[in-house]
Amino acid sequence: MSLTLLHKLTLSELQRKFTAGDVTATEIVRAYFLRVAQVEPKVNAYLTQCKDAALAQAERLDQALKGWRKTTPMMAMPLAVKDNICTEGVRTTCASRMLDTFVPPYDATVVAKLRAQSYLLLGKTNLDEFAMGSSTENSAFGASRNPWNIQTVPGGSSGGSAVAVAADECVAALGSDTGGSIRQPAAFCGVVGLKPTYGRVSRYGLVAFASSLDQIGPITKDVTDAALLLGAIAGHDPRDSTSANVPVPDYLKALKRKDLKRLKVGVPAEYFADGLDPEVDQAVRTAIEGLRELGADIREIKLPTTDAAVATYYVIATAEASSNLARYDGVKFGLRAAESKDLLDMYLKTRAEGFGPEVKRRIMLGTYVLSAGYYDAYYGKAQAVRTLIRQEFEAAFQTVDLIVTPVTPTTAFKFGEKAQDPLQMYLSDIYTISANLAGLPAIALPCGFSKAGLPIGFQLIGRPFEEETLLRGAHAYEQATNWRAKRPAIR
Amino acid sequence: MAYEVVIGVEVHAQLRTQSKLFCACGTTFGLTANSQTCPVCLGLPGTLPVINEKAVEMAVRAGLAMNGTIGVRNRFARKNYFYPDLPKGYQISQYEAPICEHGWIEIAAGGSRKRVRIRRAHLEEDAGKNLHEAGSGMSLVDLNRAGTPLLEIVTEPDLSSSEEVVAYLKSLRDLLMYLDVCDGNMEEGSFRCEPNLSLRPAGQTTFGTKVELKNINSFKFVKDAVDYEIKRQTKVLNEGGKIYQETRLWNHERGETAVMRSKEEAHDYRYFPDPDLVPMEISSEWIEQLREGLPELASTKQQRFITEYGVPEYDAGILTSSKALAVYFEACVTLYPQPKTVSNWVMGELLRELNNSGTEADASPVTPERLVELLTLVDQGVISLKVARDIFPDVYASGKAPAQIVQEKGLTQVSDEGALATMIDEVLKKNPAQVGQFKEGKQQVLGFLVGQVMKASGGKANPGKVNELLKKALAG
Repeated sequence: MSLTLLHKLTLSELQRKFTAGDVTATEIVRAYFLRVAQVEPKVNAYLTQCKDAALAQAERLDQALKGWRKTTPMMAMPLAVKDNICTEGVRTTCASRMLDTFVPPYDATVVAKLRAQSYLLLGKTNLDEFAMGSSTENSAFGASRNPWNIQTVPGGSSGGSAVAVAADECVAALGSDTGGSIRQPAAFCGVVGLKPTYGRVSRYGLVAFASSLDQIGPITKDVTDAALLLGAIAGHDPRDSTSANVPVPDYLKALKRKDLKRLKVGVPAEYFADGLDPEVDQAVRTAIEGLRELGADIREIKLPTTDAAVATYYVIATAEASSNLARYDGVKFGLRAAESKDLLDMYLKTRAEGFGPEVKRRIMLGTYVLSAGYYDAYYGKAQAVRTLIRQEFEAAFQTVDLIVTPVTPTTAFKFGEKAQDPLQMYLSDIYTISANLAGLPAIALPCGFSKAGLPIGFQLIGRPFEEETLLRGAHAYEQATNWRAKRPAIR
Repeated sequence: MAYEVVIGVEVHAQLRTQSKLFCACGTTFGLTANSQTCPVCLGLPGTLPVINEKAVEMAVRAGLAMNGTIGVRNRFARKNYFYPDLPKGYQISQYEAPICEHGWIEIAAGGSRKRVRIRRAHLEEDAGKNLHEAGSGMSLVDLNRAGTPLLEIVTEPDLSSSEEVVAYLKSLRDLLMYLDVCDGNMEEGSFRCEPNLSLRPAGQTTFGTKVELKNINSFKFVKDAVDYEIKRQTKVLNEGGKIYQETRLWNHERGETAVMRSKEEAHDYRYFPDPDLVPMEISSEWIEQLREGLPELASTKQQRFITEYGVPEYDAGILTSSKALAVYFEACVTLYPQPKTVSNWVMGELLRELNNSGTEADASPVTPERLVELLTLVDQGVISLKVARDIFPDVYASGKAPAQIVQEKGLTQVSDEGALATMIDEVLKKNPAQVGQFKEGKQQVLGFLVGQVMKASGGKANPGKVNELLKKALAG
């Protein structure tokens, strides 16, 4: 097939072509970097491109495969990895000046798993600094742009990964999701984003933002690809104590049923209240009707503590972040400010120069909520509310199998629109945060476009470790609709 | 005014695990700087801790031996502060749910026994070390020690003198060494102690202001520092002054303590549960299994030695001061059931040589079998007790069998009456005055004469025989 069309394929399509011998690894790399050269100047998805290494790896693969084709599922698949996931020998910056020059001597477990399958790393994608933000405007190296309208943000923090997938600059990508950082940019960019159950995927090598909320997951062109990539990265890891020792099913099997008969889907009224853009509201309600037509039993449910989720999240996430980011002190790696008088001066200057304003804001917030005298009122209370939120979901899942909600209150917003108002920015995660607080799996997938031509997504939330149900619901809906047929023009 | 001294002690004991608390790095002391590190203990971005089960086991065993309650649900917490030797910017420790609470150990103090309550013992990781290069204006960081497992053991304020503090520390150290969970090396920092101390007017029930002492790395310094601090605080209070809550460093060269930091400068550590480590459940089955596997501890063993072997309390104390020595003693007694004789030899000759060469009893070149062989040679009259004592250092140094040394040196005891009679005749001839005195009834002179014969024989004469023959000769 023509090299110029390779980048349009989904992961499952490209796998079939490669396994059949219709295309070589080298051809894949060349095709993708051709595409990257075309669109990257407009969208800025990558912080680091690994063209030479990918080519060399592809040539080795093609050599090794001569005459026989025994492949692993991810062999020669050109993937992008969010730049807060460690890659041995490839700089990992977290889009921060603090780690501008940091080259990890180890792979994150997810990367090691992909490497063991001989995947191709095309590059490391942009994000909000240390994954703190919802637009990539907090990247120290410039924001990424939404392929559907480069005047609007791609969402964040995994904005670069969502852009790279939406703009066909990779076949699929890894992101990380602490409060919606996979799902919100996936919705803004019209692709599929899956946040797995907390503990489903190893966090080893994911640079921590908020350890009890962070989870790595796939951003893909369709639901089948999400199932494939999740299968490749999921599983227990002895190096991550919080990873769960739960067997990994064959997620592709979950996609076989094309209907949703006997599936009970809950609609929480709290997710369709004030602040939800009417166009998004309409698109999500239409999607819910679509689920009903596929046989789902749609029921109204209550999640009354939803309005406390954002506040709870910003106490817990910042508390953990304030501690997780203490290691960036200029002593052992990363940035060290030049010319300091003494130790304290070195700490102050290094952290003043190395961190951007949003990271500093969150470190200060987190330090405050953990301080003597405030701990109980903030951190202690937030943990109690978190338990309440989790219990509400548990109760809801007694009566339903999936919960359907919007992903974001609006479609992608313009650059600068919310950058000066942190609270407005924080509220853009209002529908995604609860899944992180409760540790639940959730998927965002396209369900339409606004009049302005921007993608709209909806979200399915499932029971812990029931990604199969999530994928089944999402896949059935995807098969019944055809939103992917429309591609961004990128101009 | 008379003051009552109130002392509590915090000990950091390094657990003798092969690897660190949260990674697979080794824990050997004194290696090249930063050679014993990995991405996890260096705190590199994205790395995660995984608990070392062996350290937990050691902590549980120590907790049980301290008669404590083992926490079934353990939680690790982060203690946040900045320092170059702390790679992550926080130390993983335990805060709300320590591995052991409400324990006690018994100490011998002032001729009586006293129970010291242990408030808590918890697991935590050690920090690295900052090295300040004189003149270079540089500080270097060695992270070999970072992540090494420590058990922090905190008492209630149950101690009231420097002697009691030292007695407590010795008992605790013996106990941990008995369990083989800590090597007890104070100079290398494997057993660090920080007493805290306050004074209050005798009879008062509320506590005075507490001062914490640091930088103490020997029992002698513990005693000196506590005594100094008692004196200092007494003087301040007597002069109407005020004690400030502070941490003071012991300077052993100057023999005094000096302020390190005041309460106001104390950190707000912002403890919170470490989200990287799930709550650690310790099953009651495992606790019981470990309890059953505990060795007999020093204090129990000491009592048993007194009742079972009939040795004096003093002897029993020394014999049980190390596990190896106690094992040695019991091995000897099994072969040679005269406990007091064995005790005398073990506490005297053997311990002297062991101490001189810095050897533990289990590595003694004189095995229990060899020692018993030596004692048997005396019993059989082959050598005298004196010769046995004299040749002990040779047996120890050479590692040879005692019989071989006796033979090589020609030290076999002379019991032959003919040979002894000749020596006795000579001695009597040389000492006519003493012979005269004896005949006048001065019985004590006999001892002198026996000694002369022994001397003439080079110590080889059988003293019993000499006595008998000498009496005969003098009577003749």
